[in-house]
Amino acid sequence: MIQPLTDEKPYTLTPGSDGLIETQTLEVSIGPQHPSTHGVFRMDCVLDGETVVALKPVMGYLHRNHEQLAEKMVWLGSMPYTDRLDYFNSMTNNWAYALAVEKLAGIKVPERAEYIRVIMSELTRLLNHTCVIGFMLQDLGAWGTPLLYAFREREKILDLFEAVSGSRMMCNYMRFGGVRVNLTDQDLVVAKDIVSRYPGFLDEFEKLLTSNEVLLARTQRVGILPKELAINASISGPVARASGVEYDVRKVDKYGVYGRFDFRVPVGDIGDVYDRYYIRVLEMRESLKILQQALRDIPQGPHIAPEVKLRNFKVPPGDGYGRIEAPKGELGFYLVSEEGGGKQPYRYHVRPPSFVNLTTLEDMCLGHKVADVVIVLGSIDIVLGEVDR
Amino acid sequence: MEAIEKIKDLAAQTVSGAKIEIINSTPAAQQPALLVDREHIYAVAKFLKEDLRFQMDFCSCVTGVDYLPKADKPGCIEIVYHLYSVAQRQGPLVLKVRAPRELEQCHVPSLTPLWRGCEFQEREAYDLYGVKFDGHPDLRRILMWDEFTDYPMRKDYVPPADYEWEPTPHDDTLQRAVDEGGIMPPTAREELAKAKKK
Repeated sequence: MIQPLTDEKPYTLTPGSDGLIETQTLEVSIGPQHPSTHGVFRMDCVLDGETVVALKPVMGYLHRNHEQLAEKMVWLGSMPYTDRLDYFNSMTNNWAYALAVEKLAGIKVPERAEYIRVIMSELTRLLNHTCVIGFMLQDLGAWGTPLLYAFREREKILDLFEAVSGSRMMCNYMRFGGVRVNLTDQDLVVAKDIVSRYPGFLDEFEKLLTSNEVLLARTQRVGILPKELAINASISGPVARASGVEYDVRKVDKYGVYGRFDFRVPVGDIGDVYDRYYIRVLEMRESLKILQQALRDIPQGPHIAPEVKLRNFKVPPGDGYGRIEAPKGELGFYLVSEEGGGKQPYRYHVRPPSFVNLTTLEDMCLGHKVADVVIVLGSIDIVLGEVDR
Repeated sequence: MEAIEKIKDLAAQTVSGAKIEIINSTPAAQQPALLVDREHIYAVAKFLKEDLRFQMDFCSCVTGVDYLPKADKPGCIEIVYHLYSVAQRQGPLVLKVRAPRELEQCHVPSLTPLWRGCEFQEREAYDLYGVKFDGHPDLRRILMWDEFTDYPMRKDYVPPADYEWEPTPHDDTLQRAVDEGGIMPPTAREELAKAKKK
């Protein structure tokens, strides 16, 4: 042990049992105010030299009791609050909540509204995955350039969201039984334009990144998540698929009109950070396929079920769980409607994908250097608005 | 997936002594649940996970619901598990277990040894509802801070006295601060001392 340097105690080194200087592990708290944690998130790491020997995630800094807020207002009242869960993907959050309520109340959604929902959520998936790759490269030290390329493309999609819903990020667009406003022909032209140009951008992005030597060196064989553990720990979304779990709620539940589209589910085989990067690129290409089909087939018709009265909206008593494939994984809402009431949820629970995906953070980081923790966390893709609720 | 009645019979045959009940959801949702008693929930869950007819290997969602006592029935905290099968593409199978609302008796067995995915979600249920999961490897608060003593998602939770914070409270706000007491900035404390002298 190293003694403090004072007049009374001379500076000495106490040798350990093997004759060398005795060492000890070091506990380091990364976060909550650290750019690599993507928000107010903290990791308590125990380091042996530079190697991680234990890691505990600490969260709750952004906790605002979202669930209790929603239980104190009418069903529709919490729709704008769902935007703030995963604030990158407000469209898919809206859809998950609307889907759960529609399941409880037995509402049928018109054709055109289903197509609009698919278009909006696949565009959301595009922008989320593009930005996540940008952020991952930022975590590796590629400051600015990949992220700004990603944000340039994201901006085009956000402009469309603004034209459709009136807001770039907090869209508040879906309603029980459909969507708030119909898409105009002009909006569809803009969407088609984005979809037709996106593959070119992806090619450019991939040319810069996919076989980049630095990216390969830093991400391959880092943060491996075995398939069995991924299933057992309820990991979902691109993280699970990178580990070889062939499971996509769009394929399994076929909610909305996803049963009609021809697309494939890309699956990784090692489950390291590189697989998680590349799965997202492949998923974007599949999303573009879905978008092309949806934009081609979208029918005319009402954008919201006319029989749904959103004012004084009531849900029959009982409970139900609705889930969708959000860009980050399985986003579910568990809702309970009370007997004799039904004007507001008795219980409202969000099953956030990023929160559950953090379960195996320690398993993925053990044995790696502390610098790899940052990139492993970046590859899980968390948003603290959703983790802490 | 097989009908819920058949699953119930199979589980009751395999786990002797288990009291299993079927609870229906809304007519539209069609997600009936199995309500299992606390002593046998672990065995029933293990059966559903390992039996090749179900293979419920994916525990998607874990949460609590607080039911206040009513005239005709006592209250309870209900823990709800939503199980899916990745191997067989089926689900959801809903498992429910109930515990009394009183804090000392509010215990249920943890299912984290079966599904790692329950780890954080059971911690969250403990944090917000005060349910102790026996056998959980690391049962700590997760969203609220460690020093917090109450369980905020319970239906009878009363938030602490919360008067509007003002640098120099006066009139109604000062009166409420005097009546209810609470944390206040130093200037407010001086004002309060003055008000008490009068």
